[in-house]
Amino acid sequence: MPALSPTMEEGTLSKWNIKVGDTVSAGDVIAEIETDKATMEVEAVDEGVVEALLVEAGAEGVKVNAPIARLKDEADHSAKSPPSSASPPLPPGEEDQEKQGPRSSPPGGGGREADGGGSAAAAPVAVAKPNAAEASAGEPEKQPPETVKPKAEGEGPVALATPSPLADPDIPAGTKMVATTVRDALRDAMAEEMRRDDSVFLIGEEVAQYQGAYKVSRDLLQEFGDKRVVDTPITEYGFAGLGVGAAMAGLKPIVEFMTFNFAMQAIDAIVNSAAKTRYMSGGQITCSIVFRGPNGAAARVGAQHSQDYSAWYGSVPGLKVIAPYDAADAKGLLKAAIRDPNPVVFLENEMLYGHEFDVPEMDDFVLPIGKAKVRREGRHVTLVAHSRMVGFALEAAEKLAADGIEAEVVDMRTLRPLDHETIVESVKKTNRLVSVEEGWATYGVGAEVCQRVVEHAFDYLDAPPTRVSGEDVPMPYAANLEALCLPSVDKIVQAVKGVCYK
Amino acid sequence: MARASKPPTADAKRSQARRPAQTGAKPRPGRTSALAADPAPSDHNHPPGSASKDQMLGWYRDMLLIRRFEERAGQLYGMGLIGGFCHLYIGQEAIAVGMQSIAEDGDEVITGYREHGHMLAIGMDPKAVLSELTGRATGAARGKGGSMHMFSVEKGFFGGNGIVGAQVPLGTGLAFANWYRGNGKVSFTYFGDGAANQGQVYEAFNMAELWKLPIVFVIENNQYAMGTSVERASSQTHLFRRGESFNIPGEEVDGMDIEAVREAGARAAEFARSGQGPYILEMKTYRYRGHSMSDPAKYRTREEVDEVRKTRDPIDHLRDKMEARGFADEAALKAIDAEVKKIVADAAEFARTAPEPDPKELYTDVYAEA
Repeated sequence: MPALSPTMEEGTLSKWNIKVGDTVSAGDVIAEIETDKATMEVEAVDEGVVEALLVEAGAEGVKVNAPIARLKDEADHSAKSPPSSASPPLPPGEEDQEKQGPRSSPPGGGGREADGGGSAAAAPVAVAKPNAAEASAGEPEKQPPETVKPKAEGEGPVALATPSPLADPDIPAGTKMVATTVRDALRDAMAEEMRRDDSVFLIGEEVAQYQGAYKVSRDLLQEFGDKRVVDTPITEYGFAGLGVGAAMAGLKPIVEFMTFNFAMQAIDAIVNSAAKTRYMSGGQITCSIVFRGPNGAAARVGAQHSQDYSAWYGSVPGLKVIAPYDAADAKGLLKAAIRDPNPVVFLENEMLYGHEFDVPEMDDFVLPIGKAKVRREGRHVTLVAHSRMVGFALEAAEKLAADGIEAEVVDMRTLRPLDHETIVESVKKTNRLVSVEEGWATYGVGAEVCQRVVEHAFDYLDAPPTRVSGEDVPMPYAANLEALCLPSVDKIVQAVKGVCYK
Repeated sequence: MARASKPPTADAKRSQARRPAQTGAKPRPGRTSALAADPAPSDHNHPPGSASKDQMLGWYRDMLLIRRFEERAGQLYGMGLIGGFCHLYIGQEAIAVGMQSIAEDGDEVITGYREHGHMLAIGMDPKAVLSELTGRATGAARGKGGSMHMFSVEKGFFGGNGIVGAQVPLGTGLAFANWYRGNGKVSFTYFGDGAANQGQVYEAFNMAELWKLPIVFVIENNQYAMGTSVERASSQTHLFRRGESFNIPGEEVDGMDIEAVREAGARAAEFARSGQGPYILEMKTYRYRGHSMSDPAKYRTREEVDEVRKTRDPIDHLRDKMEARGFADEAALKAIDAEVKKIVADAAEFARTAPEPDPKELYTDVYAEA
């Protein structure tokens, strides 16, 4: 089973194009596999006669690197080397690549077909490529990695769907909960708001025909048409500015950035035009617009695709900034953002898109902007986090509990306006603070959180507040260095033990 | 050399028909004088009688109001009553007044930081504009915007933008909203020869043509981007041709001749309004004053400025036309002079004496009530 992206862990083998006894050559399309965001064709990388299909068509949850078929003639050499590197004839020009190492599987598959492989007798035989239609619709350099079930960089699984021990005051008791991915929660939020208000539209790269670079806008084009789901050229500055202009004229655009890394090209439109115009016009111009997309690090995409912009946007008056963790917050807060008459920067996280959480089944589930949420109660230390780091903090709290330290986890949810009251109240109880953020510490969100606590609860502190953050370097590519660069559960545990003097 | 830059399109014949009159003078490649356009030849396209006496008197009044207003703004700046940057529109009056005279109710205007003239042309209160310049609570932005940031939603004026070129995608967004609503309105998006070199302008051109948005891009080419002449900054100095690779038609217009402005403006607006997409008008014009009040203007000679004032002045030019057509009613002109003088004097007095914003206003207007 080939990985279609650096973050994919499993997929569905939807269709076989071959049967036992067929002869296949390298490059033949032998199967189709599906993830929750894409359907891809699988090409054979080896030649031979198919001896067995090891996975049935329609099988779900096939792990990356699991063998899916076996060729008759490979038993001889499969034991001594990774089969894909032993493949006989390669197309001209590929010999060099072959010598250097395993062939990588486009797009960005990272050559995983060669580094595992399960049973010695069964060899993975395929690499995947996007099907023709998707390949022509995509732009390779900008094609993002997809997320299916993200790995947790050596931390073990990210805390998933941890049921909050607290009754969420925003949800009436007895409401039915439906397991929903963050991706679908975001889509549902947009769809519901677009049904509710004709002036809401979605604009961005690949949002329409491609169904969203991360499938967040899946099926919206079909329901709302190309006037309200608008594919743009790759022109961030231009379409962000266009969105702001449309908002000034009274529409309610949702501007999707394929990642907020690309929004740096558009930051003038977001800050100078969207955030400041209401003030500069003495309150005349309203700019109701949402800028949304994945923010921060995905996995193995290097420095230019991995920056966390929370602190950048969080510092700008005139903007509201939201960074949800779970699917319910993603939905309830995106709906609130779309309705809000102000420009809202809505920071998602690619690594969370495929995670399932409970979402309340309600006709109109809207959460208040500017309200933090205590996700776990504790009395020894307060952990403050947002977005994906909430999951890390919850997992760290679980580990700490085993050591007798009860951590309270506060999910900021909204970065601006910052609900420091909830944080301060927690610290008054625990007397210790560790802030966790994925971005750089210097001038960061944690710096702001610590300052607010020092300002409002100085006398309650039993230890200096401290921060866990991304390391102060551009994001490295190598897997080990990347893991070192990011915050981790262990780093959080260590920081907590530090402030608890344990 | 063709003056109109028209791409081959499926509806080429149709759009040709919409652009019959080639007004203004031929551009002269390589010419470096302030104005490439010679206003004289355009008159045969404007036979006397095509505009009424009252119409022409109205333009005269509006242009004179801008001129006198800006002169007074310069004076108040010199007195220390206006702070920061102050970019005067003197010399370019025919463009704002001419274009506004062909706009329809509900059309939008957006421009850069040299916007005082546009605001007066669109009918904003001179007192509100001048008292914004002096930073008073009565200003068009309640004292929070200043010279470069004034707005009037009521009049369809969306600024006033201090970032060179940023108004172009914003104006394209206004046009997108018109297209989205199918309301038949046009966005008039102005920018200068300096902004014409900004990348975001071309991102906006591309989308505007791709989606056939109802927008007229008006390039006010006053020959200098701050202190850098067009020739020193632009590899293609014929800015009306900058849309060619996007298939956006463009033409050069004598921006010192209000009738040439009106004619080209009407043609471009009709093109955009009828669903054919964007249109570029390059208005050849000249600013008499420095880029801003603090500009020593070492990059051009006094003689160059004097020459334009003497031979190309848009207000004198209009007056000459009115005389030639027998519309220069001495009493009417004198009455206009007096009216304008009084409006400006009253506005100046108002701007001097209006109260500054209440300190409580520091924290208002940051967010709209959700």
